[in-house]
Amino acid sequence: MITDTWLHPSLILICGALLLPFFKGMARRTFLILIPVLTFINVWQFSPEGMWGAVNFLDWQLIFGRIDRLSQVFAYIMSLMCIIGTLYGLHVEDDLQHIAAWTYVAGSLGVIYAGDFLVLFLFWEVMAFSSVFLVWFRKRENSLAIGFRYLLVHTAGGLILLAGILLRFKETGGDISFVHLDVTNPSLYTYLIMAGFMLNAAVPPLHSWLPDAYGEATVTGAVFMCAFTTKTAIYALARGLAGMEILVPFGVVMALYGVVYAVLENDCRRLLAWHIISQVGYMVAGVGIGTELAINGACAHAFAHILYKGLLFMGCGSVVHMTGKSKFTELGGLYKKMPLTFVFTLIGGLSISAFPLFSGFVSKSMIIAAGFEKHIYWAGFLLTLASAGTFLHTGLKVPYFIWFGKNNCSQETWDKAADPPWNMQAAMFIASFLCILIGSYTPYLYKMLPNPVEYHPYTAYHLSETMQILLFTALGFFLLLKKLAPEPKISLDLDWFYRFGGRGFLWLAKKPIQFVDSCVGEIYRVVGLGSLMTVSDFWSWFDWHGIDGVVDGIARSVRTLGDTVRRAQNGQMQFNIFWAATIAACLLITYVFS
Amino acid sequence: MIVDLIDYLRDRLPTVIRCCYAVLAALVIIDIFVDKHHAHTWIEHYPGFWALFGFIACVAIIIISKWFGHQGIMTREDYYDN
Repeated sequence: MITDTWLHPSLILICGALLLPFFKGMARRTFLILIPVLTFINVWQFSPEGMWGAVNFLDWQLIFGRIDRLSQVFAYIMSLMCIIGTLYGLHVEDDLQHIAAWTYVAGSLGVIYAGDFLVLFLFWEVMAFSSVFLVWFRKRENSLAIGFRYLLVHTAGGLILLAGILLRFKETGGDISFVHLDVTNPSLYTYLIMAGFMLNAAVPPLHSWLPDAYGEATVTGAVFMCAFTTKTAIYALARGLAGMEILVPFGVVMALYGVVYAVLENDCRRLLAWHIISQVGYMVAGVGIGTELAINGACAHAFAHILYKGLLFMGCGSVVHMTGKSKFTELGGLYKKMPLTFVFTLIGGLSISAFPLFSGFVSKSMIIAAGFEKHIYWAGFLLTLASAGTFLHTGLKVPYFIWFGKNNCSQETWDKAADPPWNMQAAMFIASFLCILIGSYTPYLYKMLPNPVEYHPYTAYHLSETMQILLFTALGFFLLLKKLAPEPKISLDLDWFYRFGGRGFLWLAKKPIQFVDSCVGEIYRVVGLGSLMTVSDFWSWFDWHGIDGVVDGIARSVRTLGDTVRRAQNGQMQFNIFWAATIAACLLITYVFS
Repeated sequence: MIVDLIDYLRDRLPTVIRCCYAVLAALVIIDIFVDKHHAHTWIEHYPGFWALFGFIACVAIIIISKWFGHQGIMTREDYYDN
């Protein structure tokens, strides 16, 4: 639809967030659905391509609304996910959780539509500072610490990004526009901007914040978090750094790194978080490959990923919501108690595993095909290997160890387990439907992609290849089932360095630095302060007796003289004549006899 | 309904497993006749290549990851507690 004006969708969400506390009861529930729906309709129907929202600020013109095919596909799926996420959290009575989630989505949409780096940075920080509340609102013993770690890491990432933006500003003579950077001759600023984006995309070694925070966020908060931060970063990378070849090895390492840690993971939501890293690895590699097919693949995979990962987090979140447990060693055999949740989660698992007719099949393969077409065979094969790992965990391990396998549930967990409230089921149903729609009817997604699509996923060869990989992976899973039995352990990762680095710093501050500080204080008190007091005493004495003595002495002499003269001038004529005559007589006698 | 279906299959587990093996074998047999002009490398032209790839990938991921985890990476849950 063509319009003359454009309303920023973030504005609808932020205004909605501010007004939410004024609604109660049924009106509140209606409002909770209405605002994301209005945002989605605004993005979908009332956002014509072009440059909108230009604001003059100091010497710059800021662009809040750069709308083209690349930004539209991301804005579309993000605003759609906002509806699903809000519906999933409709039962949450705490307004602040909704406010934080909507502000977070507003930040993401702000980044997607940003036409320059200043606006991008502004919304980038809005995302970090609003999403941290989704961790804090879990209100568990360690939530505060996890939130602060998340915030500190993102603040550091933001500063790296800002440093890149400022260096670019200086080198280019004042250019702040967010356009494709020169990836063939990268400067220091290109790498800094890339590092800033990579941190939000959770590219190793800048990834540990993701499983740390997403595994511990609130049930509904994690559904939002899994969709927005990393995919916004993928958009930023696709916009600014498409074809940056170093991203290909980074992406492949990511895809495998997530898979390895997912094998070791005992917490279902942390396992899903590890698979975000793995899946975003495909997108990062796609951006690095940089061809039209690869960029289409990265966008398509981000689109599909937001839905199936949201669905998986909703499925596992339902288990956490109902039972309070998230560890495989405390769950198992729940298919009789939570059958619908099982089916929805399985659909998410089949989608992420790229089963034919499910969303991942039509998106992930585009990236792998782009790698093969550009003759980067090692990347193609390793990404295919990682996809076997994806099915192994998310398609098999998660459903098996929660809904089948050994029943590790306590009586309390078993009694509490049941399918979740209607709104959570409805949200999972919508996400499941979309996962199947994308996989079964390819034009729905392919028509939205930034470049023309000439890719056909449903060839006999691709079907045969995929089914062989997936079903023989399943064979391996069942043969090695005992080896995969969950262990009640955590896995050390690179966050070890900053967690213990932080503790080391605290120890350094508490012990050696404080000791030195106390010593210096004591030495100062005994030696410094004592000598200072002696010197001060001397100068005080000197001031009093020396300087003041002289000054006061003169003053006293003048005063005494004045007094004497005053008393001499008492106005009694006979005394004056007596003294004058006496002095004159004395002077005369002295003169005569001398 | 879902629970009934799952229970029905679980009660006939040996048959289900036999069917699964039959599907696996069928996949490899079908692969012999599949048009492979979309393949990117020579090795993909061998029938059942991706079946072998999938199986080895799965086994390698499990064994290497578990080996890696038991080198001191997996540790007690209260490791970071004070």
